[in-house]
Amino acid sequence: MTTAFESSELVLNMGPQHPSTHGVLRVILKLDGERVTGTECVIGYLHRGVEKIAENRTYAMFAPYVDRMDYVSAVSNGLGYCLAVEALLGVTAPERAQVARVILTELNRIASHLLWLGTHALDIGAITPLFYTMREREEILKIFENYCGARLTTHAFRIGGLQYQLYAGFEEEIRAFCAMFPPKIDEYDRLLTGNRIWRDRLEGIGLLTVEECKQLGVTGPMLRASGLAWDVRRAMPYSGYQNYEFEIPTGTRGDTLDRYLVRIEEMRQSVRIIEQAVARIPEGPIVARGMKVIKPPVGEAYVPIEAPKGELGYFIVSDGTINPYRVRVRPPSFLNLQALDQMARGALVADVVAIIGSIDCVMGEVDR
Amino acid sequence: MKTVIEFLKKALLLDLLEGLWITFRHQHPKNIYTEQYPITRPAVAERYRGAPRLNIHPVTNETLCIACDLCKIACPENLIVVGFVRDEKKRKQLTTFTYDLSRCMFCGLCEDACPVDALELTQDFELASYTRGGQIWDRQMLEEGPRPTEYRQ
Repeated sequence: MTTAFESSELVLNMGPQHPSTHGVLRVILKLDGERVTGTECVIGYLHRGVEKIAENRTYAMFAPYVDRMDYVSAVSNGLGYCLAVEALLGVTAPERAQVARVILTELNRIASHLLWLGTHALDIGAITPLFYTMREREEILKIFENYCGARLTTHAFRIGGLQYQLYAGFEEEIRAFCAMFPPKIDEYDRLLTGNRIWRDRLEGIGLLTVEECKQLGVTGPMLRASGLAWDVRRAMPYSGYQNYEFEIPTGTRGDTLDRYLVRIEEMRQSVRIIEQAVARIPEGPIVARGMKVIKPPVGEAYVPIEAPKGELGYFIVSDGTINPYRVRVRPPSFLNLQALDQMARGALVADVVAIIGSIDCVMGEVDR
Repeated sequence: MKTVIEFLKKALLLDLLEGLWITFRHQHPKNIYTEQYPITRPAVAERYRGAPRLNIHPVTNETLCIACDLCKIACPENLIVVGFVRDEKKRKQLTTFTYDLSRCMFCGLCEDACPVDALELTQDFELASYTRGGQIWDRQMLEEGPRPTEYRQ
């Protein structure tokens, strides 16, 4: 094939050990000089067969495995799975458990966005923000460790509610975090948003319209950056999200800079939700009745939640035994990664790094 | 006028200077967060899920485990093996207890399942060993904690 420069097309292999492909993503780039004419993702390097494992485990046993899919937002994964099994069983978690779930999930959203911000800035060439975001993320991980005894793969929720009572000093720690964190967001904002190198690298890169997002199944901050205010927390509320006031930030252009701005604003909104939730932690039980043996009736359930990366859904088919018949995960990263080819066409090689970073994909979730 | 200000801001490198000012302020010693791990031990949380322990009665030194097998049934990785014999009253007596730490993912389901609080995940987090066999903990190791490595010349 000849190209505009009368030269042959160059095929370049990027990954799976490339530092900026965030794990083990391999992208085959077709290049015309510096311009990308096509990309092809090769995935599956981190495949562990999580969906198959579910078929050989009981419902309660499978809960720790979902933490290992999107390992930077394990709490959200656990919430989605627990909600799906609860929908099968027809139970709802008690009020106290729901509020605690909202607090921990929103903290996890901040932790996930902080890790994204640090690594994305690192890809672009700004090394400093990584250290600042990791420092703030540490505070969240300490809260997780105090609450459930693990920092990353938390296994914080159980089907029907929670396993652990909120510890003494939980509310004070959350309040202290909510007071400490918003000035830090302003600091990242001042450090990056106005910076000319940051703007030059991100503005107008990786454009995606709302129509293209809908066709490709792109959700989460990427869809909102394109201009559609779609948030599962607002559209199909779960865990009592209808009781909280928050705004859905949207972008206008749908480029990489908009995705950055949307995620920054989402962190501010998450702090707002946590502040409202911590003011209304009710007393009462933390787990629903009859959760000793989990044996759902024959049927199926699909429950979507708004994970930090987009719509995370669990589709569970039950055949009436203690093991699920089939568990299908709708991972946000996997579907968002589909948009890479659309965004990278016509971009430069260096922009591909910025675009992959703006997708915020976690390969553990893509390959499962 | 607006364009002039914009131009001046760009020409005077104000956006870059602001970033430099933020990073400059962060070199204050109170902003240092590095943990000096082997010298100062990190304080892990009270609920931390680390190395397993099989509790014994503090006075009689008898094991609390009643060999009910619930931890084995609860474990997703099926890594616990409980050995027992029946005594003359047909009661279960614990003989062996094997816990394969190399496959453990510290989910805490076994300690949740234990009805007598015999099996517990402790705050001990240093689990490295030189052999694969060293990752499989027997009853003595679970009750007394990991034995320190003996070095020979």
